[in-house]
Amino acid sequence: MDDYVSESDSDYTSYWRDWFISSRGNEYFCEIDEEYLTDRFNLTGLNTEVQYYQYALDLVTDVFDLDCEDEMRESIEKSARHLYGLVHARYIVTTRGLAKMLEKYKKSDFGKCPRVQCHSHPLLPMGLSDVPASKPVKLWCARCEDVYNPKSSRHAAIDGAYFGTSFHNILFQVYPALIPAKSVERYVPRVYGFKVHAAAALVRWQHSKRDDMRRRLRKMEVESGFKDAEDDVEEDDDEEEDEPEEDEDAVVGLDAYEERQVAGYIEAGGGQQPGTVA
Amino acid sequence: MSTSSGIPESWISSFCSLLGHEYFAEVSEEFIEDDFNLTGLQTQVAMYKEALEMILDVEPEDDDDDEEEEEEEDEDVSGDARDGVTGRGERRHHSRIASDLSVIESSAEMLYGLIHQRYICSRAGIQQMSEKYDLGHFGMCPRTNCNQTRTLPVGLSDIPGEDTVKLFCPSCLDVYVPPNSRFQTVDGAFFGRTFGALFLLTFPEYDLSRSAGENATNLARLPPGDDGSMLNGMHARNIAPGLGPGKIYEPRIYGFRVSEVARSGPRMKWLRDKPADMSVLDEARHLAEGHGDSDDDDESMSLQGRPIARRRAPGNARLRQQQRPARNGSPMAVESTMNGA
Repeated sequence: MDDYVSESDSDYTSYWRDWFISSRGNEYFCEIDEEYLTDRFNLTGLNTEVQYYQYALDLVTDVFDLDCEDEMRESIEKSARHLYGLVHARYIVTTRGLAKMLEKYKKSDFGKCPRVQCHSHPLLPMGLSDVPASKPVKLWCARCEDVYNPKSSRHAAIDGAYFGTSFHNILFQVYPALIPAKSVERYVPRVYGFKVHAAAALVRWQHSKRDDMRRRLRKMEVESGFKDAEDDVEEDDDEEEDEPEEDEDAVVGLDAYEERQVAGYIEAGGGQQPGTVA
Repeated sequence: MSTSSGIPESWISSFCSLLGHEYFAEVSEEFIEDDFNLTGLQTQVAMYKEALEMILDVEPEDDDDDEEEEEEEDEDVSGDARDGVTGRGERRHHSRIASDLSVIESSAEMLYGLIHQRYICSRAGIQQMSEKYDLGHFGMCPRTNCNQTRTLPVGLSDIPGEDTVKLFCPSCLDVYVPPNSRFQTVDGAFFGRTFGALFLLTFPEYDLSRSAGENATNLARLPPGDDGSMLNGMHARNIAPGLGPGKIYEPRIYGFRVSEVARSGPRMKWLRDKPADMSVLDEARHLAEGHGDSDDDDESMSLQGRPIARRRAPGNARLRQQQRPARNGSPMAVESTMNGA
């Protein structure tokens, strides 16, 4: 390919990576160090995954100087993006990669959690699979520990394997101080101030699961990470014989039975009740 | 002020077609004209009368200083396209000063919102909202495991000015911030706390497990008679279908699950959990069967003699409510008889 070298072509694409990470839709990616890319060990196995591997790598590292047709160039370009993504998944779990992604996380570059009770906690990109082209990228909230779809369709089209299934978990292993305080705050569906029985029963069951976990963790002397005062559980321990823990913001002091009654009523009268509403 | 379009657009429909007002239903004029439905709003809204007139497109009949003008105005109105605030502003220019108008306009929006909060809980209103729901007007749940379930607009407070509108996902029973920032100017009180839950109770037949895309094409109701097992007053399969085993994210590092004991281990699984066997949640039945193991005596007493009746018996519920006060004079007794009346 050296035969095709021409002087004018040499600076055709300077700083391909710069261009790549600053182009629209690629906001989730961080820039991979030159040294990391040029160390063949880091690219082990990728040559079978990426078409035109060598050209793609040249393009990513700004040494691409092949004179070719547009069609060919386009497919090399596509390969280069794929290669970059796959290397990216490996890079972001390295010390330097984690630090770079952490900066982006702190700036909320990946968006904010849509869940109301998470109060706009920043998200992290993640994949649900490490196999390329199987699942698009998702966003993970460290506060509610759940997975969300990106808002923008441009982001929703990015391959999840470019971030991998492990990155976001490794980040908090490496930076445990950044683990956000967990909250028991939650939404409880209500009708005219009364909890709806079906949902309330589920909430009570979930809360008993949560308290079981907190007790389990306390026995093992592991910090549970809930910001709410620990006496919450203490109290629970004392009152274990009583009804399941009431919702923190319990507005209506109904006991379980009364709730059921009201819910039953609302359920039964659902058709008429609205008509009589003031 | 030209008579360009044939049908003059009402204030209500022009309000509902504004950008960011996609979640609003058009409140019927009959509902607004019924004074009973407006009880108490007079004290909450400034320039109440004027605002109400604006909403109903009634010309102000005030101050009897310009009675002649009023007639002119009426004609003006009938041929007017009425495309928004500015048009109206010019039209009423001679009877009201501009600053007044913007106050009335914002009062009218507030009043409309508060009426809307009540309207969407009425029979006609909730029906109208269900049509919008069918058309997917309220967006879908951002949670991956909810599989694009359609959401419902709700408020976290019934008092205006406290919080913006949120989206309630019936699949995970959680609330989310609407994805588009234009909804962040819409007051949550205009939808209210009740609507979301009431909607699910009013239309128990919706198949919540289907995604937004499917629903649009396929008016989604549960097929009649399909494993219609009821639990706690709802179809068992409609209670949080997006939660439970298999729908909870499991953090992994290189394929290995992160332990709960780890500092960064999972702590929030309970929030997305659901018993594999939903009958665990039938608390009333459990109490009736082996009563009194975890609840206090008072409760199990009153639960006696109604074993499996919990499995949906609307008639019974009323009966029981009437009997209840005699048994243990609960503070709820007054409330329930009032409601029942």
